[in-house]
Amino acid sequence: MSTAKKKAAKSAKSAAGRLKKSATHSAAKRTRRTTQGTAKRGPTVLVATRKGAWLFHGDAARRNWRIDGPHFLGQIIQHAVLDPRDGRTLLAAAKTGHLGPTVFRSTDLGRTWKEAQQPPAFAKRDDGKGRVVDSTFWLTPGHANEPGIWYAGTSPQGLFRSDDGGVTWRGASPINDDPRYIAWMGTVQDGTPDGPKMHSIIVDPRDPKHLYLGMSGGGVHESTDGGQTFSLLIDGLDVVEGFPKNDPTVHDPHCIRVAPSNPDRLYQQNHCGIYRIDRPSNTWVRIGRSMPKAVGDAGFNMVVHPRDDDTCWVLPMDGQTVWPRTSIDGSPAVYKTRNGGKTWQRQDQGMPDAQAWWTVKRQAMAGDAREPVGLYFGTTGGELWMSRDEGAQWQCIARHLPEIYSVEIAEPA
Amino acid sequence: MKILIPSPLLSYTGRAHVDVEGATLGALLTDLDRQYPGIRFRMIDEQDRMRRHVRFFVNGEPTFDLGLAVQPTDEVCIVQALSGG
Repeated sequence: MSTAKKKAAKSAKSAAGRLKKSATHSAAKRTRRTTQGTAKRGPTVLVATRKGAWLFHGDAARRNWRIDGPHFLGQIIQHAVLDPRDGRTLLAAAKTGHLGPTVFRSTDLGRTWKEAQQPPAFAKRDDGKGRVVDSTFWLTPGHANEPGIWYAGTSPQGLFRSDDGGVTWRGASPINDDPRYIAWMGTVQDGTPDGPKMHSIIVDPRDPKHLYLGMSGGGVHESTDGGQTFSLLIDGLDVVEGFPKNDPTVHDPHCIRVAPSNPDRLYQQNHCGIYRIDRPSNTWVRIGRSMPKAVGDAGFNMVVHPRDDDTCWVLPMDGQTVWPRTSIDGSPAVYKTRNGGKTWQRQDQGMPDAQAWWTVKRQAMAGDAREPVGLYFGTTGGELWMSRDEGAQWQCIARHLPEIYSVEIAEPA
Repeated sequence: MKILIPSPLLSYTGRAHVDVEGATLGALLTDLDRQYPGIRFRMIDEQDRMRRHVRFFVNGEPTFDLGLAVQPTDEVCIVQALSGG
């Protein structure tokens, strides 16, 4: 490791931060106002791990972090998300090695938790073919004008909805029981090693009935009627060689993000590359082809700039041969584009330059909406990293956590 | 009758032995869930099947039958199965 990098890595103790996660055009404006209003304190980083959850409360400079945790020690927390509409309702998707899945809810930023009265669960069937939720994998707050509504994606795949802030959940779409969709969703032997997952549930900030979601595997799907019906959005996406591109089953979107400043633009990190789509076009464009050849464009995560729809970041991983799912050559780096994917720049200042074999899962990289944008990621090796200057410099702000499953940024009220 | 609660579920009950009523194992769990909402779903899935790593013993004998009749004098234990490393 170079001296400069050693220095930077050493200085990575507890750091700094702030942020804001928004999902829409108008939401981005609201975010900026909120951010200014809470400028005296920093953001809170919500870290969900294989063995519990931690909250890192930052100061306004995003340099010092107060650690709050563990919450749910020993429980598998797939996702923890703060409701940006009220800045106080926090949901955590949990299960344990022995017990079934549930959702916990806090309205005081984790000081107290209460379990959902009716967690996501498939409909009971008497023919023995009923499906069983193994885990709630993804949580998405609903539209800004629909307080209390949340969406959840599960493994095996199902779309669920709460109308009461996460207290009770019900199936949100006929696709949960549609044989055609269930075939696309695959079995436990398909999709990711931990089973097929529904993820990247996106609510259009201009229209609460306009939804996108990703199915790993099963492709990208869009609804314009609040989830009652979905249409495929897989044109332009590559699949593993030898399989038909028109079969949704073999499509594997890893992470889909909407540009907060332009909801007609979406980015996607797919099993087979990095893509962008500009609606109303129905065709994804593989912008990952302009990544360095030695790096490639495999990965799981993606963050879009809150105010610039041409700027986004990915943290690639090794997707060759047996899919090691490590950093490439043991030298992790973020790649940033400022022109919608035409070119990419490597950002690794502060990161170890050798023998660092961790990687970052699809939910474990996030950005805030402060100026400049703060970026955060959690590794499979239990480290939490952040940059307070849009990726130019990186610092490790926590080590020795369990394997990190998700990182979300919150701006508590 | 009393039912023995395993440690992963003590966050619901706060104690290892809980009084429940019912004529079948399933009815006992329904009564348990009435007293401690949410506890049943952690053990029994939405298709009314026992979860993979939870086991039930009645008078020392394992059972997978929620319809099993039980008597007030029976000993009922819920056990987390050994798994993993």
